[in-house]
Amino acid sequence: MWLWTLGYFILMAKITLVLTVVLLLAAYLVLVERKLLGRFQARIGPNRAGIFGILQPIADGIKLLVKEDVVLDGAERGIFQLAPVIVASMALLTFAIIPFGKPIIIGGHEIPMVISDINVGLLYAFALTSLSVYGVALGGWASNSKYALLGGIRGAAQMISYELALGLSIVPVVMMAGSFSLVEIVNAQAKWPFIIVQPLAFIIFFISALAESKRIPFDMPEAEAELGAGYHIEYSGMRFGLFFLGEYVQMQVLGALIAVFFLGGWRGPFLPGPIWLLIKIIGFSIIMVWIRATLPRFRYDQLMTLGWKILIPAALINIVITGVFIVAF
Amino acid sequence: MQPIIVIGFLNNMKVLIEIAYALYMGFYTTLKNLFRGPFTEEYPEYKRPLPARSRAQIILTSDPDGQERCVACYLCSAVCPVDCISMQAAEADSGRRYAKWFRINFGRCIFCGLCEEACPTSAIQLTPFFENSKRDILKMVYEKADLQVDHCGKDKNYNFYAYAGIVTKSAGKGEHVKEEKPVDVRTNMP
Amino acid sequence: MTIYSIIFYIIAALMIISTGMAVTRENMVHAVLYLVVSFLGSALLFFLLGAPLLGILQVIIYAGAIMVLFLFIVMMIRIEPPERRASPVRHYVAVGVICGIYFGAVVLLMLVSEPAAREPMASAIASPADFGHYLFSRHWLAIEMISLLLLVALIGALHLGLSGMRRRTNKGDAS
Repeated sequence: MWLWTLGYFILMAKITLVLTVVLLLAAYLVLVERKLLGRFQARIGPNRAGIFGILQPIADGIKLLVKEDVVLDGAERGIFQLAPVIVASMALLTFAIIPFGKPIIIGGHEIPMVISDINVGLLYAFALTSLSVYGVALGGWASNSKYALLGGIRGAAQMISYELALGLSIVPVVMMAGSFSLVEIVNAQAKWPFIIVQPLAFIIFFISALAESKRIPFDMPEAEAELGAGYHIEYSGMRFGLFFLGEYVQMQVLGALIAVFFLGGWRGPFLPGPIWLLIKIIGFSIIMVWIRATLPRFRYDQLMTLGWKILIPAALINIVITGVFIVAF
Repeated sequence: MQPIIVIGFLNNMKVLIEIAYALYMGFYTTLKNLFRGPFTEEYPEYKRPLPARSRAQIILTSDPDGQERCVACYLCSAVCPVDCISMQAAEADSGRRYAKWFRINFGRCIFCGLCEEACPTSAIQLTPFFENSKRDILKMVYEKADLQVDHCGKDKNYNFYAYAGIVTKSAGKGEHVKEEKPVDVRTNMP
Repeated sequence: MTIYSIIFYIIAALMIISTGMAVTRENMVHAVLYLVVSFLGSALLFFLLGAPLLGILQVIIYAGAIMVLFLFIVMMIRIEPPERRASPVRHYVAVGVICGIYFGAVVLLMLVSEPAAREPMASAIASPADFGHYLFSRHWLAIEMISLLLLVALIGALHLGLSGMRRRTNKGDAS
């Protein structure tokens, strides 16, 4: 019983730590993105709230929290309020399976540096991404607005298409690691990260991850120029904030998954594990900002063509080649 | 059959290389901008000096000899597209016309500059000073005392009464610039 | 009564309620959502029984893919709820009787052959690798046949779609 209580408290401590880091990072990723976008466009970016705009996320948070939470007359009240919760919670839940360090041994007991090491961890991550489609589709539908509906439909179609490429691109990694567990996948990369042996899978996963996060150049669901703000056009206050939070947590989730699958997770020389994971996540986020500063938005049919006619066949070919190599050697 | 496949392959390679080059150029351009540094001028700390002809706050200027230029001809009021200028004309003992009261409602003014173009005496002028917003809209109504300044504005030398040929205390008939003495028409008789 | 059985009954009640709601809702989107809740409940039951792989597959395939497509279609075509008719009690009775017979038969079978009934679960509880070995060594023929069937369905759909497109372009040329 004593041991059980201790284990419970350790678990709670890990959850608190991870949530704190993830939410803080999400808030500051917004600032980093705005600052970097400013620099890319030869501007300064936010610099009024505190030095270098360091208090900007706090100001944004206060603003979102105290704004009025408008629910439209024509909206489906329950679903309208549920949708942002789905998006944000599905993104946050994925961090339950991300390993962030070497297991610590205290008093003969091994404490794994992961909240939950389930043996179908990879499938769990994909289940959560596939469920977060509901947030987008329902948010768009429940708003009772044509722009939101169009955004929601686009979002659902895009995310279903790219989930397939995302899942298929990761199959070679599973074949090489021999396990669905993310801890095992990281351990399998002790010698070298999988990006060296699986560059094609990495590229497919990277592009699909961009599409899955609904950011430029794949931001069809919220295309400002055509749909206003797409599926969250009718949201205000903290409900909009939850969509926003979900997007930035999703960036971190995909960064963490790329790190785990291709870059060796928390492994790296000199620095401790969690720091390496953080560096990889932030690096991925900065590359996403760079892409946002460079590329224009895809047209809808181009998006679908890229997903179905290029990425999925390439992923299938990659699986076959990897299979041949594994059997041959 | 074989050559066609080879050509098709080469064409595809060409397209691929073009795509790669386009991507490289795009990302290189944005990265170059990242290190170029910002061009931003931060407004309240640094105020860029505006050109003298930029149109903002309206003033009523005075002659080089210090008297007010406005002759209350109502032209600015007539031309104003939003009807924000109003005045009452009067005539002084010296013979000069002036505005008894002169009022501009800056809550309405669109700073189009038509009043400046219409003014025959260069009295009404627009200045580059633009930080004139107020919390209370009634404070945006400027009276003559708020508008008058004791310099000539953009037109340094022009003095309407020196040229106009109107008899005032300062100049009688034929005493103005480029004006000849009046001729007694009877002396012209053949 | 252990804590697991309490959770089991809670989830089971949730599933029954949400399935009932799914059947009776007039708004299609609501019905689809209740069905999703029901699927998530069954996934949780698999977790509770110690078969995380089946639970996750349930979420990915049913809740994550099939129901999203349902929702997609329902959102695209705005179906007006049908006008209310006198409640067709007879229909419900007929369906209830058929389902009751089926359910009773299954329960009877499980009660009669109790030890054997647990056997399929054993392969499900196994780790993903063991599960895969089991499927592809014992039942590889069935799996290949199913995948062939799916391929045929895929090609058939493609053919139908393409022929429809060809006919439309031909018409366009004629006019």
